[in-house]
Formats: sequence, structure tokens, C-alpha cells
Amino acid sequence: MPSLVQSVDWTALTPVVVPAALAVAVLVADLFLPPARKALLGWVTAAGLLAAGLTLIPLRDGHRGTFCQTPGASCSYAADHFTLVIQVLVLGGALLTALLSLATGTTDGTGEPPSGEYWFLLLSSAAGGALLPASRDLITLIVALEVTTLPAFALVGLRRGDRLASEAALKFFLSSVTATAVSLLGISFVYAATGTVNLSEVATALAHTPGQLDHLAKVGAALTLVGFAFKLAAAPFHFWVPDTYVGAPLPVAAYLSVVGKAAGFSGLILVTVIAFRPYHDVWGPALGVLAALTMTVGNVGALRQRPDAERGAVRLLAWSSIGQAGYLLVPMAAAASARSPAHEIGATVAYALMYGVVNLGAFAVAALVTRGAPAGRLDDYRGLYAARPLSALALAFFLLCLAGLPPGVVGLFAKVVVFSSAVGAQHGWLAVIMAVNVVIALAYYLRWTALLFTRPGQGAPAIPAQSPAAAASAAPGAGAAASAAVAGTPFALGAAIALTAAAGLVLSGAPQIVLRYAQGALL
Amino acid sequence: MNDTALQYLLAAILVLPLLGAVAALLPAPPGLRGRDPGQAVLRHGVTVTGAVLVLSLVLAAGFDHGHPARMQATTDLTWIPALRVHLHLGIDGISLPLLVLTALLTFLCALYSYFRPPAASGQAASGADAGAPTARTGGPSPKAFVALVLLLESGTLATFAVLDLILFFLAFETVLIPMYFLIARWGGGDRERSALRFILYTVLGSVVMLLGLLLIGVKAGTFDMVALATDNGSSLSHSTQLIAVLAVGLGLAVKAPMWPLHSWLPDAHTAAPTVGSVLLAGVLLKMGTYGLVRILLPMAPEGMHTFAPYLAAFAVVGIVYGSLACLALARQGNGGDLKRLIAYSSVGHMGFVLLGIASLSPAGVNGALFANIAHGLITGLLFFLVGAVKDRYGSSDLDQLAGRTGAALYGRVPRLGGLLAFAAVASLGLPGLAGFWGEMLAMFGAFRPGGGLSRPAYLTFTAVAAFGTLLTAAYLLTVVRRICMGDRDTAHAQPVLADVRGYEFAAWTPLAALTVLAGLWPAVLLGLTDPAVRSLLGGN
Repeated sequence: MPSLVQSVDWTALTPVVVPAALAVAVLVADLFLPPARKALLGWVTAAGLLAAGLTLIPLRDGHRGTFCQTPGASCSYAADHFTLVIQVLVLGGALLTALLSLATGTTDGTGEPPSGEYWFLLLSSAAGGALLPASRDLITLIVALEVTTLPAFALVGLRRGDRLASEAALKFFLSSVTATAVSLLGISFVYAATGTVNLSEVATALAHTPGQLDHLAKVGAALTLVGFAFKLAAAPFHFWVPDTYVGAPLPVAAYLSVVGKAAGFSGLILVTVIAFRPYHDVWGPALGVLAALTMTVGNVGALRQRPDAERGAVRLLAWSSIGQAGYLLVPMAAAASARSPAHEIGATVAYALMYGVVNLGAFAVAALVTRGAPAGRLDDYRGLYAARPLSALALAFFLLCLAGLPPGVVGLFAKVVVFSSAVGAQHGWLAVIMAVNVVIALAYYLRWTALLFTRPGQGAPAIPAQSPAAAASAAPGAGAAASAAVAGTPFALGAAIALTAAAGLVLSGAPQIVLRYAQGALL
Repeated sequence: MNDTALQYLLAAILVLPLLGAVAALLPAPPGLRGRDPGQAVLRHGVTVTGAVLVLSLVLAAGFDHGHPARMQATTDLTWIPALRVHLHLGIDGISLPLLVLTALLTFLCALYSYFRPPAASGQAASGADAGAPTARTGGPSPKAFVALVLLLESGTLATFAVLDLILFFLAFETVLIPMYFLIARWGGGDRERSALRFILYTVLGSVVMLLGLLLIGVKAGTFDMVALATDNGSSLSHSTQLIAVLAVGLGLAVKAPMWPLHSWLPDAHTAAPTVGSVLLAGVLLKMGTYGLVRILLPMAPEGMHTFAPYLAAFAVVGIVYGSLACLALARQGNGGDLKRLIAYSSVGHMGFVLLGIASLSPAGVNGALFANIAHGLITGLLFFLVGAVKDRYGSSDLDQLAGRTGAALYGRVPRLGGLLAFAAVASLGLPGLAGFWGEMLAMFGAFRPGGGLSRPAYLTFTAVAAFGTLLTAAYLLTVVRRICMGDRDTAHAQPVLADVRGYEFAAWTPLAALTVLAGLWPAVLLGLTDPAVRSLLGGN
């Protein structure tokens, strides 16, 4: 009988504890701060997330674990390399979201900083996201997943008095709760069949399930996967994404597209690669089909977006994020047939890091443009280069990274890594489907990029034909981008764009920084 | 010159345009401002491309011409260990001529644009704005134009100089975005559609090519092109080679372009601005055929052997198809566009290149490489000339130009007419000019194919290709008759058109001179390529 009092390794836990503690602190501080100083809370949040990120540095050797049943073995919390990388992604994503929120607020455009509960919710969700990749048992995993998503419902609905926002929140809430319920059912089946919730012990037990429990275990595994697929927004469980992103405040949409996805795919990796390893011949092809379906649905959906639709930019980013989730699934499908699956999922992690940086960057520029043009149509980006050359160049760079074409070198190499894992695992069909999808995606990314450099007013449907000189000087609607230039760039937003652009450029010069995760075994 | 100096030279050639592209976007430093920002940045473009040209000529001079089969000026640095990507650079007798051709054509394009700043043809017509399209922000500014041309140059130069499959893919993709914007922003007609079509077609091809490259790399355990070429496909199974050749070949064939994958080319050429057309035909198409020679011939010889007859068949269909399309466009009343016609003639000419490669014999491959260079020179010149005609007449529609009796360029602008006739007969392969040797050697190679390929099939291909040369002569002479000749009234028609201007002479003379030189002294090129080709074909 081991001692009932566990010794807890608090150093390993700091990346989770810091945001969680700060969340409570912010909520309390909100009560005592005068309204004029509320913006301070946002900066405290950003600083706290940065500090939480810095606490990862002492952990970087990646051998810590805590909440262990027997000392040193089957821990519930493992701070290995996989955990650390995903925590960097989650905390970095939350930090950039905080910067975006400081500039745009929850109402997009007024610039009024959000209230204290906003920061509380953001920090709680980030704490959950940081806990998730470290979880090594099914209960911790599901708790972490809920801690990540429950505050997100409230965040989505925070745009007060907006019918779209409450509808989005409700849609998000209902689909997410269904997913969790399905997952929980699956986990209970798995527990019933194996008698354990620890991931690696589940794997051992599944390999020797008695015959009468075999079906139960299989159904349990399938249901658990469905739950995580919902969070990752893999097709056919993607329908909530576009409406939710469009209804949510823009920074929250950015947060969901990066941190929400990170939570989904890291959970999926843990469950498939560790716990359901014995069933790899089933979930491998299933994930492959899911990947093909997801990327096709997402990219075709994005291709169908019209440039003059309200909030078309966010809607396009929402659909494209579904497409990108499909690419994330490809190495997982390849991991099933690989000799060392932990090696393959590195490609997913590397791709996710690239995607996180450039997608947040794209959202940051979108937030900037939306300040001047609240409708958020794609047409509002026409001639952005004339009004704000640097932002336009940054957005063009981010979009080309997402498309995977030079000068977005890091995007190209991230795609090469994903392709290479598919080719290496003999999944030629999946590679070919992905190739076609890359072309479809290029069409809409490029259309948007080209729009940035078109003359304001030129060929815009809203403006009657007139001489170009008059269009630029007289017509106020000619360049929504031009009117945005008047507003100026808030510091936080400028910092967010500069940070992501710098990260993208550095990664393009030295892709090894993210691609090294595709090299060694992470788990 | 020792190898270290050559190394730095080659690295400088690749990096300089890249730095120049970034510098073009920055404001000009004091002292280099020139008359106006547009002029300053165009001058910057001329300077950078000129420096690159000088460096590449020095590189060519320092190249050890005694051993063209050996990789020279090699650099091998680890870049991305996770993907086993090395910054492996080097040139041999196959890549050196293409490198110099790229540097030359880009320099001439920059020079031409300096004197004739690019303007989107759709906007040039819109009244007062046309005078100062450069001063307005947001319009197509020469800044972006120069940056794009330089980015394009670095991409093409890198394609010919890298020796790593993944880097090759990176360089191959680098040219797409600049070319897309060159067509979409500075083109005419249906430019945005054509540009999108161009990029989507080629990306589809190149992504499929990437799959093939990854397959080779994963199976052979390395992406190093020298190691793979030395290996000669022995580490790849037969079926791997088949799939790899199919995938890589498909991507390169779209770029080359091979019939029936050529359909993006005529639209892109018709819409592209003069400079874009020159670079597209002169340099970008060569990347496809260069890839076939550099990657597929040595790395997957068995796969190539299986697919060579099909490639040859498509190539000769392309020759005949291109020529027939040109004949149709050249006929009176069909409303043929001159740029479109030359684009189709490129399909035919590249058919000869592909036929030479598909013969798998040293003579054929040498002919293909020669025809590559010759096509770059001659078609580059042709696009320049047609661009000049379009400037003067405001249209490149053949019927509109020629009217009922002919445009009589000989009478109206004798020098321009003469140059056009010269380029046309060079293009149809007149002996003594560059166009002759490549096509003759390609057919010669196909007449006696290498490595146990079916002789009767190849004899048929040779016969069809020979018939194609007749058709080529037919349409080019028709064009010369309708454009350069005409009746006396047209020759003295008003307004008087400007004959060849000084800067136009400067941009065109090098191309015309090299066409004559390569025609009279083919050994300059063949001496470089032949040893390298023999070593690539693996001594069989």
C-alpha cells in the first residue's frame, strides 16, 4: 500500500498553475479597480501568460511527471517534450489573443477594452489547454478538455446585444456538450472493458481484452474518438465552426482556431497513439478518411465564399481552418501504420506550430482592418497595400504561408513534412487528395492576396464607374482600408502583427526550429 | 580561378537578386533618388540584374571547361536536418548555359523596362492617369514590379543551381507568385483569370511532382541529387521508379509544357506583359525540361525507359498540334493574336526538346539542351518584337495589324520588320541560326534512340517531327508575309511609326547576336553539355 499523501512536483505544474491562479486574481482584482484602469487587467493577463510560457524553460529536458501511482511510473501528468511544445502553442496563442482583445475589445471596433470576466475566462481556458497535453489518464484528459471549452462558450457569447453572438454561443455549446457526452460514454465503456483509465495501461489492457468485452471496448474507443473529432472540427463534425467564428468576437475566433484546435488534436493524439494503440488498424484508416473529408469540405467551403458577404473574411478563415485541420490529421493517419507512431505525430505538431503563428497573424490583420470597416467583408481588403503597406505585406505573407507557397517558406516546408509522412506510410491516396486540396486552397488564399494589392475602388461592385482619380479621393466607401488608415494602429495590435510576422520570417529562414519536432519521438 | 571563389560567386548570384528584391521595396537612399521614385527603382533593377549578369559571366569564365561533367562551385551546408535538406549548390555543363541565359534575359528585361516603364494596359488607356501611373500609390508601381522580377530571377537561377530535390521544389515554386502578379497586375485582356489559371495548373503539377520527389527521397534515403544521380536508380525498385517518373514527369510536363497539359500557356502569354512573356517563354519553360534531364534521366533510368516512348509520342503530337494551331491563327480572318501564336509555337518547339529527351540518347539529349537555349534566345526576341509591334499599333491582333494586304513593316519600320523576319526564320530552324541545331540533333537522336527503345516507333516519331518542321516553316513564313510585307499604300500610311529605338536595340542585339553565334558555332554549347549528358545517362 503506497503512501496516500502524494508528493506533487509543482515545478512541472507551473505552466498550468500560473494561468489558473492568475485567472482568480484577475477576477478578484476586477472588483476593486476603477473603470478607468480596467485596461491594466489585460496587460496583467498578457504578462502572466508570458510568465507561464517562461516557466517552460526549466522544464525543457522533458523528463518530469507528477501525480504518479507508483513513483516514476504511470503518472497522470507528464511534462515530456510533446506536452511542452503544445503548451508553448497554447500559451503563445492565448498571449496573442490577449493582445488582440486589448485592441479590439469584445465588440470589434469600438476599442473599448473588455471587462474583467473576459480575462478570467480567457485565462481559465488557457489553463485547461495547457493541462490537456500533459494529461496521461482519461479522466484528467476529459476534465482538461472541458476546462478549455466551457469558458470558451461564454467568450463566444460575450458580444452583448448581438443576436448572432448568442446564436453562435448556443450552437457551439450544444455541439460541444454533445461531443463531451459522447466522449464520456466512450470513456466509461473503455473503463468498463479495461478497468483502468491510465492511457498506457489502457493500451496494455486492450491488447488482452476478454472476448465478451471486445465489442464494448471497440465501441468505447470509437465514441471517444468522435468526441475529440468534434473539438478538432473534423468533418462531418465541423458544422458549428463557421457560424461560431463569425458570431464570436474576433480575438475569440482566433483563439478557437488555434488553441481550440490544439486541444482537439493533442487529445486525439494522446488517445490514439497511446491508449488505443492496439486498434491502430482501425483508427488509422478511419483518421485517413476523416482527414481527406475534412480538408476537402473545408477548402471547398472556403472557395465558395463571396467577397461581398458580411464578415466574409472571418468566415473564410473559419472554413480554411477546417481545411487546415484536415492536414493536421494526415500524419496521425500515417502514424497508425508506422513502426514508431510517436515519431510521425511530430509532423502534426510541427504543422500546428506553423499554422498557429501564421493563422493568429492573419486574424491580427483582420482585427486591424475590421476596426475601420466593421462589416468585415473581403472587399474591405481591396487596396489595403495603398493604405497600410506593412500590414498588407504581413497579411500576404501569412496567407501565402497558409497556402504553402514561397515566400511563405515555412508553410511550404510544413506541408512537405506532412506530405512526406503520408508518402512514407504508403498512404499515396491521401497524399494525392491532399495535393488537390492544396491547389483548391491556393485559389482562395491567392484571390484574397491579390485583393490586397488591387487599387482601392477599382472594379468594386459598390462604386459606379468613374475616373480612378475621383474614386480614390472622393468616394468614401472606395477604400474601407483607406478610412482605416485614419484610425491608426493600437499598440497591442501592432505588437501582435509584428510578433507573428517576425516569427514567420524567422521560421522561414530556419524552418528547423519547428521541423525538428518532426524528427525525433515526442511522446 | 579556384573553387572557393567560384562557390562564393555562385552563392552571390543566388542571393543578390533576393536582397535586391527586398531593397526594391524600401525607400531609396539619398543620392540614389533619381528623377522620381519610379525611375530610381527601375534603375535599381537594372543595376542588380546587371551585377548578376556580370557575376554569372565571371562564373562562366572561371568554370573549368575541361571538365564540364564535374559539379563545380559546390557548396554543401546542412539547412533543415529534420527533412535532410542540404543547401547543396553547384553547376555543371548542363546548368551553366541556362544560368547565364536567365541572367541575360532578366537583365535585358530590366533594361527594357527602365526605358519603357511597365503599365497595366487596361489602365494605360484611361486618360490623364496614364501619364503618371507610377506616382500614384496603390496602382501597379514599378517598385513592386522590380521586386517581383528580381524574386523571379532568384527563383529561376536557384532552380538551375540547386542539387537537392526539396530545394529544387522550393526554387520551382518560388517563381510562381512573382509570375502570377506580373500577369495579374501588369497584363492585358483577361489577365486575372489567365494568371489564376497559370498558377493553379502549375501548382497542381508541382505538388504532384513533390509527391514523386518525396517518394524518391524516402526510398533512397537521401534528397541529394548528386548522390542519387551517381546511384543511377539502383536503390529504387522498378515500381518505385515507375511511380516516381509518372509523378515527377507529370509536374515537369505541365511546366514544359507538354501536349495535352499546355492549355494554361497560350492564355498566360496572351495576357502577360512583354517582360512577363519573355521571361515565361525564355526561362520558366526551361525549368520543366531541365528537371527532366537533371532528375529523371539519371535517378530513375528504368522508369524513364518505360515511359520514354509515351513522352516521345506526346512530344510529336505537341509539335504537330502547336504548328497546326499556329497555322490556324495565322490565317486571314481568324482573328489570331500574335502573342498567342508565338505561345503555341512554343508548344511546338518544346515538343522538340521533349522528343530529344525521350530519345534517351546522347545526341537527342544534347539536342534538347541546345534547343532549350535556342528557344530561350529566339522566343525571347520574338516576344520583345511582338511587344514592340503591340506598343506601336495598340493591338497584337493579326487581322487588325495586317488588314487585307499586310502590315508592310518592311516599308513602314524597316529595321523592326527586318528583325522580326530574322527572328521568325531563326525560329523555323534555318541552318546557320540557333534554332537549327537543337531540333536537328533532337530528331537525329530520335532516329537512333538509346538503350533498347523500339526503333520503328521512334522512326515514326522522327518522321512526324520532320513533318512538323515543315508546318512550322509554313506558319512562320505566313506571319512574315502578313506582317512584314504589304502594298505600297500601307507602307506610307500615316501616322509614321517609330522604328527601332536605341534602348530596343540595346535589349535585342545581344539576343540576335547570340542566335547567330550559337548557329554558326554550336560547339560552344555542345562542348559543355555533351560530357555532362554522357555522365548523366550513366555510360549506357
